[in-house]
Amino acid sequence: MMLRYLLHRLALIVPTLLFVSMLIFGLQQLLPGDPALILAGEERDPQVIAYLHEKMHSDQPLPVRYLYWLDGVVHGDLGESLRIQKSVLELIEEKLPVTLQLAVMAMLIALVIGVTAGIVSAVKKDSIWDYAANVFALWGLSTPNFWLGIMLILLISVNLGWLPASGYVSPFEDLGANLKSMIMPAFVLGNAIAAVLMRHTRSAMLQVLNTDYVRTARAKGLDEKVVVLKHALRNALIPIVTLGALQFGELFSGAVLTEQVFTIPGFGKLIVDAVFNRDYAVVQGVVLFTATAYVTLNLLADLAYFLINPRMRG
Amino acid sequence: MKPVETILADVASGAAPDVIADDATLEPAERKPWRRALRKLWRRRGAMVGLAFVVFFVLLAVLAPYVSPQDPLATSWSAVRKGPTAAHWFGTDEIGRDVLSRVIWGARASLLAGLVSVAISLAVGVPLGLFAGYVGRWPDALISRLTDALLACPFLILAIALAAFLGPSLTNAMIAIGVAATPIFIRLTRAQVLAVKVEDYVEAARAVGNSHLRIALRHVLPNVLPPIIVQGTLAIAAAVIAEASLSFLGLGQQPPAPSWGSMLNTAKNYVENAPWMAVWPGLSIFLLVLSFNLLGDGLRDALDPRQI
Repeated sequence: MMLRYLLHRLALIVPTLLFVSMLIFGLQQLLPGDPALILAGEERDPQVIAYLHEKMHSDQPLPVRYLYWLDGVVHGDLGESLRIQKSVLELIEEKLPVTLQLAVMAMLIALVIGVTAGIVSAVKKDSIWDYAANVFALWGLSTPNFWLGIMLILLISVNLGWLPASGYVSPFEDLGANLKSMIMPAFVLGNAIAAVLMRHTRSAMLQVLNTDYVRTARAKGLDEKVVVLKHALRNALIPIVTLGALQFGELFSGAVLTEQVFTIPGFGKLIVDAVFNRDYAVVQGVVLFTATAYVTLNLLADLAYFLINPRMRG
Repeated sequence: MKPVETILADVASGAAPDVIADDATLEPAERKPWRRALRKLWRRRGAMVGLAFVVFFVLLAVLAPYVSPQDPLATSWSAVRKGPTAAHWFGTDEIGRDVLSRVIWGARASLLAGLVSVAISLAVGVPLGLFAGYVGRWPDALISRLTDALLACPFLILAIALAAFLGPSLTNAMIAIGVAATPIFIRLTRAQVLAVKVEDYVEAARAVGNSHLRIALRHVLPNVLPPIIVQGTLAIAAAVIAEASLSFLGLGQQPPAPSWGSMLNTAKNYVENAPWMAVWPGLSIFLLVLSFNLLGDGLRDALDPRQI
């Protein structure tokens, strides 16, 4: 059954990724006029233009050009940054670890805040705590993270001088300085995810707290803490864990803005800089990479749900 | 209520049974689900506060030329980065423009972006979802895979890519946000249609010889609307944030035209000496998005069929 499910999910991924590739290739067609002229930048070096025409197979019809492009992508050729003279894949490999660190830290912060607030809110339903947690969720969902970032820079960096306002230090150079430079951006990025996780934890916990086995656990005279944390939370966590995996897509989106506010040289800053340098191959490469990563995470989340939920395995 | 036997006896003897009498005593408004939903919405304080703020911002945007104290584009080199004063309630920016006037005019860009981009998503997403769900077979498979592909690209990254290739402007930002948000409406409409099209009343409409187009538009569409309205309201909130994000990155409203996002982009460079430049536009985005979220949450509860 597991194998059949896996094959079914993989079979669905292939057409999805094919459509993604068509969509991303199609982006180039939105450029007015000859894409090679635009991709060549302001210098419009005839040699570069000729090279691009050859590389893009401009003399061929659109479907053939797409197949050439797809062949390159399948073989790991996401194009070349004309600005930095580096392959897009190399650039992604260079910037991705920075964003991954930011995303993982943000997710940890979101899990701690969101799941804790969700549990408290469900256990103390209709109390002041529940009300406060719901207000927190609404705040998290409504605050633009770039504004929160600016406000925290004003409060924590400018007024209190506790943390640096911007910049990035590699963890291999100085771990302490790295954590200092990343904690505020990670909080900003995790804030909205914490709100989403809080809402889902609350509703999952409320459902589980009303089930027979929780009532039985209480009837046995177990300590309420044990009932909540061992019996209820363990089951409520199943949908939360899978949801957490899906939120990584949101983290990549949010990282674009957070990295811009805190001047962190990551994946998000790469796409923004590429947009302004008209480095379209990098934009295409980043979107394709993000979409593939997101689809893969989606698959892993589904599999995790399948593996940890005994009812689905049965 | 009387037992069934008594009711049947009443019917046999020609007397009106209580069940009918109970229903007859209802106010006409109570029998209409939409009116009942509106009543429920009216009773939700959070939703009403949200609605009040939305109306406030709409009025602000519409009446901007009349309520704005100064020209939002007028610069003054003698009032560069001045804090809040009687002449400039929200202070001035890096070239002496009045921040309050720019915040008021900025409401136009945000609301326009929110409404137009969601209108684009609805105009494309609902018919496609309706078609996919109603027709099924290969059109459904094709549209579903296309939806999956669009959903595979994180919303803002897709919007950035589209805005980058289309060129930076408010119009293109609205198109980019609209396109990026469309798959959610396709998927939602399709799922609702799949549930509704097997209902008895749809079967009955088919049995009496209605055309497929008529069934889809007259019998299916009205019954899938409530969740779409809720999602539409919440999508406006997301679109307002997305427009502010694109403008913050320089891909939305172009300077010197005022927009909350682009105001924040400039403000981040002066956060040490002129924090008021960042406070007001950010607070405005927060309040507008919060209002739509509150209204959306209220509508979700009011339109929930389990509670109507």
